[in-house]
Amino acid sequence: MISLEKRPTPSRVWTYATPFLAVALTVIAGGLMFAALGKDPVAAIRTIFYDPLFDPQFAAYSRPQLLVKAGPLILIATGLALGFRAGVWNIGAEGQYIIGALTGAAVGLALYPADTRMIFPLMVIVGALGGWAWAMIPAILKTRFNTNEILVSLLLVYVAENLLASMAVGRLRNPEGGGFPGSRNLSQWDSAANPELIANTGMHWGVVAAFIAVIFAYILLNRHLTGFHIRLAGQAPRAARFAGVEPTRLVVLCLGISGALAGLAGIFEVTGPAGQISIDFNVGYGFTAIIVAFLGRLHPIGIALAGLLMALTYIGGELASFMLGIPAAAIQAFQGMLLFFLLAVDVLTNYRVRLGRREASA
Amino acid sequence: MLRRTLLGAAATALVMTTGAFAQDDKTKVGFVYVGPVGDGGWTYEHEQGRLAVVEEYGDQVETVFQESVPEGADAERVMTQMALSGADLIFTTSFGYMDPTMNVAEKFPDVKFEHATGYKTAENVANYSARFYEGRAVQGFIAGNMTETNKIGYIASFPIPEVIRGINAAYLAAKKVNPEVEFNIVWAFTWFDPAKEADAAKALIEQGADVILQHTDSTAPQAAAAEASTDGTQIITFGQASDMSEYAPLPRVSSIIDNWAPYYIERVGAVMDGTWESQSVWHGIAEGMVGIGEISDAVPEDVKAGALEIRDAIAAGEMHPFTGPINRQDGSVWLEEGETADDGTLLGMDFYVEGLTGEIPN
Repeated sequence: MISLEKRPTPSRVWTYATPFLAVALTVIAGGLMFAALGKDPVAAIRTIFYDPLFDPQFAAYSRPQLLVKAGPLILIATGLALGFRAGVWNIGAEGQYIIGALTGAAVGLALYPADTRMIFPLMVIVGALGGWAWAMIPAILKTRFNTNEILVSLLLVYVAENLLASMAVGRLRNPEGGGFPGSRNLSQWDSAANPELIANTGMHWGVVAAFIAVIFAYILLNRHLTGFHIRLAGQAPRAARFAGVEPTRLVVLCLGISGALAGLAGIFEVTGPAGQISIDFNVGYGFTAIIVAFLGRLHPIGIALAGLLMALTYIGGELASFMLGIPAAAIQAFQGMLLFFLLAVDVLTNYRVRLGRREASA
Repeated sequence: MLRRTLLGAAATALVMTTGAFAQDDKTKVGFVYVGPVGDGGWTYEHEQGRLAVVEEYGDQVETVFQESVPEGADAERVMTQMALSGADLIFTTSFGYMDPTMNVAEKFPDVKFEHATGYKTAENVANYSARFYEGRAVQGFIAGNMTETNKIGYIASFPIPEVIRGINAAYLAAKKVNPEVEFNIVWAFTWFDPAKEADAAKALIEQGADVILQHTDSTAPQAAAAEASTDGTQIITFGQASDMSEYAPLPRVSSIIDNWAPYYIERVGAVMDGTWESQSVWHGIAEGMVGIGEISDAVPEDVKAGALEIRDAIAAGEMHPFTGPINRQDGSVWLEEGETADDGTLLGMDFYVEGLTGEIPN
């Protein structure tokens, strides 16, 4: 008989150990799934986790790609984590990401074909503002009318997606594109491009911004009164109120920061790896970042590592998909298992597992 | 679909580790798909093309594919990894893959690329597309003859030349046999979204349409039409991209089938014997890239015969769906009596022909 006993305080050891346990369990369960599909589980796991990093054929290309893929995830997740810690649930980062890319790209394209490197920073600022403004909608609705920010921010994703489609075939469409959807290629226009900063490293301004955000979030949470308020509001809302934390200010702040960071991720992506506004520009970074935030324990350093791990499962997953013929859906299921196990083993942090019969007096 | 056995997968894994430097005389062909291979429409037909290549060349060829690849940065990575894995020829089967294909092709001059439905080419990049509008002319003829309410509903995806061309071609053919006919066009802003497509179909039927044409890929409109057909009024539909014959003989009375197999076999063969050259092709009924699915018995004999006649006349080059006199929607002359449309105008078509109501969204 197994029974659970609540710990007086969450276990420190398990707080750090559970992510690793979750990864291990995912590997086992995923391996079973791949075997059930008739694939060699060892080869599949190896292709996902090892080949992108060390295989001589792929690693030189895949390793830098890790940063390209992880950059926006880390940037968005860092912002989301601040809110999640304070109990402010921004589920709509995907929408803020789209709007950031749209507003930033629109400003840049309005100045086309001007030849000055000042355009890029301008686009970045406007992109961040765009994401911020989109996040202010749920923030103001919540603080003024007490609407649920989860619903509002999530539904605004669909609004943003439709705006994106309409812009890609309308206002922002490339006039020289023969009527096809999609904007001019920003990464091929020097004034707006977000290029690789050091050749073959995958490092672009978005990745730099992601690491700066991680450092800032770390300092904010650990060394700053606002960070203390954020943590307090999440852990003990009543105590927070007594401590003089203003919930309204916190909601606006958390949604604002996460929106702006998501907007930044959007503008760096559209000027760099993606290159152009297209109908399907967004590929789910805003949603995946939620997983990354929790996988990283809502801790900035953890998020950086979790983002890299998630990126690895994407890149390795693609390799496994076409090298071994594993269906894309199975790769997604594999990623889903990761979050599932992470949340499941969380129980170990807060509860002690007891084997054997529970004593009557206990 | 998952043909490989466990043993086979293990063998692949072995090959994979050494494959980079191994000399094998197999031609490796990669396919990048935008949707899942089981979408029943666009991607499904490309997958049929791949299977036909395997069937044709057997052991001489090795094919790999990756499904559900987002357009943009992810596509670029998938193509690069395929090229790194030793692919000789890569088919990229969605419009949004155009810029990524061009970028990757530049980095791998020895690998051949074939991009579907775009307009850019390079030394090692060919593009190919199908004259779906030829099929639309056949469809319009049947629709114009069979409608009793004289209202035809059209579920359009995105306002791009290919879709606008289809609407115009269907309308002209329908109008020719039935001057009373009206087109009601709904823009779904998606290629594949069963729920949205079903809603669009229902709305059109409620507004009195008894024929539904679709330029989206799911079978949801077929199901919606079947459901709405019970009480005396019969709604008819046409399969899109795939035959969708599971809805025959009613509501589906015919279909436009994308048949990529002959082209894929030809181009893989060209790579094998070293005769591959970059080109830009736009194939229609004549070359077999556009197929007209079986016209069901629900269509009266004379209409069926007329439709087949149009099909054969287009195939023989005796008839062009865009033959003047045709005016633009605003009444200005587009084609004089007897004049046929040139490919350039068709490829960039951004206007309705006279008689269509509503505006192309922008």
